[in-house]
Amino acid sequence: MAAAAPAIEVPAPRDTVAAKVLRGVAKAPLQIFLAALGLLWLVPTFGLFITSILPVQSVASEGWWQFFTHPSRVTWSNYDALFHNSGLTDALKTTAYIAVGNTLLIVVIGAMAGYAFAWLDFPGRDWLFIGVIGLLVVPIQMALIPMFKLYDIFGIFDTVIGIILFHAAFGLPFAIFLLRNFFIGLPKDILESARIDGANEFIIFLRLILPLGLPAIASLAIFQFLWTWNDLLVALVFGQNVQPITVWIAGQLREFGTSIDIIAPASFISLIVPLLVFLAFQRYFVQGLLAGSVK
Amino acid sequence: MAAPPPPAEPGRFGRYAVTVVFLTPALLLLGAWMAYPVVYTVIRSFFGQTGYLGHWVGFDNYKTLFVPFTLSNPLLNAIKNNLIWVAVVPAFVTAIGLIFAVLTERVRWAVAFKLVVFLPMAISALATGVTWRIMYQQDPSLGAVNALVRSIRDAVTPPGVLQDASPSTPALQGSPQTGLTLKTLLHPGSVARLGLTAIPPDAVPSSAKQAAQPASKSGDIVGVVWRDFKPGGGKPGVVEKGEQGLPGVSVQLKSSDGKVVKTAKSGADGSFDFSNMPQGSYQAAIGASSFAKPFAGWGWLGPNLITWSLIIAYIWIWAGFAMVVIAAGLSAMPRDVLEAARTDGATELQVFRRVTVPLLAPVLSVVFITMIINVLKIFDLVFALAPQSSQTDANVIALAMWRVAFGGQNDFGTGSAIAVFLFLLVIPVLALNIRRFRRDV
Repeated sequence: MAAAAPAIEVPAPRDTVAAKVLRGVAKAPLQIFLAALGLLWLVPTFGLFITSILPVQSVASEGWWQFFTHPSRVTWSNYDALFHNSGLTDALKTTAYIAVGNTLLIVVIGAMAGYAFAWLDFPGRDWLFIGVIGLLVVPIQMALIPMFKLYDIFGIFDTVIGIILFHAAFGLPFAIFLLRNFFIGLPKDILESARIDGANEFIIFLRLILPLGLPAIASLAIFQFLWTWNDLLVALVFGQNVQPITVWIAGQLREFGTSIDIIAPASFISLIVPLLVFLAFQRYFVQGLLAGSVK
Repeated sequence: MAAPPPPAEPGRFGRYAVTVVFLTPALLLLGAWMAYPVVYTVIRSFFGQTGYLGHWVGFDNYKTLFVPFTLSNPLLNAIKNNLIWVAVVPAFVTAIGLIFAVLTERVRWAVAFKLVVFLPMAISALATGVTWRIMYQQDPSLGAVNALVRSIRDAVTPPGVLQDASPSTPALQGSPQTGLTLKTLLHPGSVARLGLTAIPPDAVPSSAKQAAQPASKSGDIVGVVWRDFKPGGGKPGVVEKGEQGLPGVSVQLKSSDGKVVKTAKSGADGSFDFSNMPQGSYQAAIGASSFAKPFAGWGWLGPNLITWSLIIAYIWIWAGFAMVVIAAGLSAMPRDVLEAARTDGATELQVFRRVTVPLLAPVLSVVFITMIINVLKIFDLVFALAPQSSQTDANVIALAMWRVAFGGQNDFGTGSAIAVFLFLLVIPVLALNIRRFRRDV
């Protein structure tokens, strides 16, 4: 965009108020269309939220949008009951352990490997990196059966650590890919001069690469956090009593109609955390997304 | 973290040692959790159902995917569904993302719009599944989607006033499904009495009043539609006190050749009036539309629509992704090219088709390919949104693998074969990724 600076400054035509209004009116259909689309996009999530704060009898007899005519039916008792439900609170804790543990692990291991691929010279580096790229698309299904057996043998089936390690492994190709590509773009002379000054690789990694790579590391961390918080498949296979919130809710789905006063608020709780994380760090999230898909 | 070793000038061996330290954790994880399983699963797919390896069965596990070659084979059905997903979703998501990205460029609050459309990306597929199950409930008074369909349908073809009724006398013939016709021939000046029974009291429209006693009018054909019943019975075919008129019924007047020449709506007292009729003989009838059943809701979660319902929810999730990636491509586009096209007199549509889209082609193809992989691997939305009763019909390859291996059958042989099959489907994309990398290096 910076390249598009015009050679000759053309004075911008001065906008009269009338011209502004006119342009606004001309855009009105588009504005209305987009506003309607935006509202439409919000309806499902809003419906879930309203369903979660209505008593179960009311949900079973009329649509959630009737809440507009009977706002007095709103009750927090569903949430109240849920937070006294040890099934849900345990599941929330498990989810947090898995999401935070995996994020930390993958940031550390991914950054180290990313640094090695970007700045350390060793034979076969490019081939190894091609291997990592190859692993990017391996479906999780390819590992379920063998790891299910291995976990059994090593006694980490149905443990938080087992689930974290599985996530970490499947998140690593993306982590290495993302961080290597970011690190390789860091200014070479800074690193070279640090090496000449006698700093060893560990110091360079800790003092230079990690601080400079923070934007990419933040993207990766947010990605991994959301990915593991929202995961269903891995925990479904490798957990039994250890259940994150997605698996816990999935266990209630068979009685969808009668347990809606549990399912709807639990689903809303499960989505509010990633939503807040996303809203707080959306810039990094989008950066990671773009780095992962467009190069 | 270990304390950094003293900053000695590392020799060749020292440098490799550093590399080993940095790479080992990652390679261990990748080796044990990805490389080994890939090899094992490929081998395992040629062995029987149970055991660490089981017994050699050759390609039998793969055959179950395609034999018998009918859609009653749940695995083949899963493949068919995945084909539908691949054929529909990437194209739709890319197109919608492109349209959204181009449109939002023109409004000031683009950031807010993008945020709203992108939000579903942050939500788990499970929560999305629950959300859309609420939206898709069949009863139009519970499910928002069917409520919307109902209000559109009611605006186009209003539902009948009555859902069911029978004639009170044999003079009225036919059935609610085909419409009821009064046998008696009518002439200007005649009176038509259309008596109906078998109407539950709560089905009578609330605006109904005491039925009118129609009086003959010269030149007009007048009549009454009424509920020919009162507590205690009453006399069939006679309008009595306590019997209600049926308002809003559309009465048709047919000429002798059966053509509808006029229609009239009955009033609150059930009366209707065809005024100034030319001479001739006519028949009065109540059209079937008066008995049209109200909209009962489409079975979005039923076996026939489930895949399409899933696809709608999936597009709701991923449109934001496509929009954001394409918008980033748009903002990186050379503005002067667009401006030049506009100065040369190209319309907005021409600029879009001839300049914007071709320049965006690389970004569009990235979105498209990403969506193909995502759709091939789709699992959790189907698992969460499709009710148990529809999961066989909604089945996709990744879900089929889970169901066969972990969902009760514990068939690790077939499960491995399905996983390998899925892997084979994404390998072209893998090759594409590697080629892109080697070109860049």
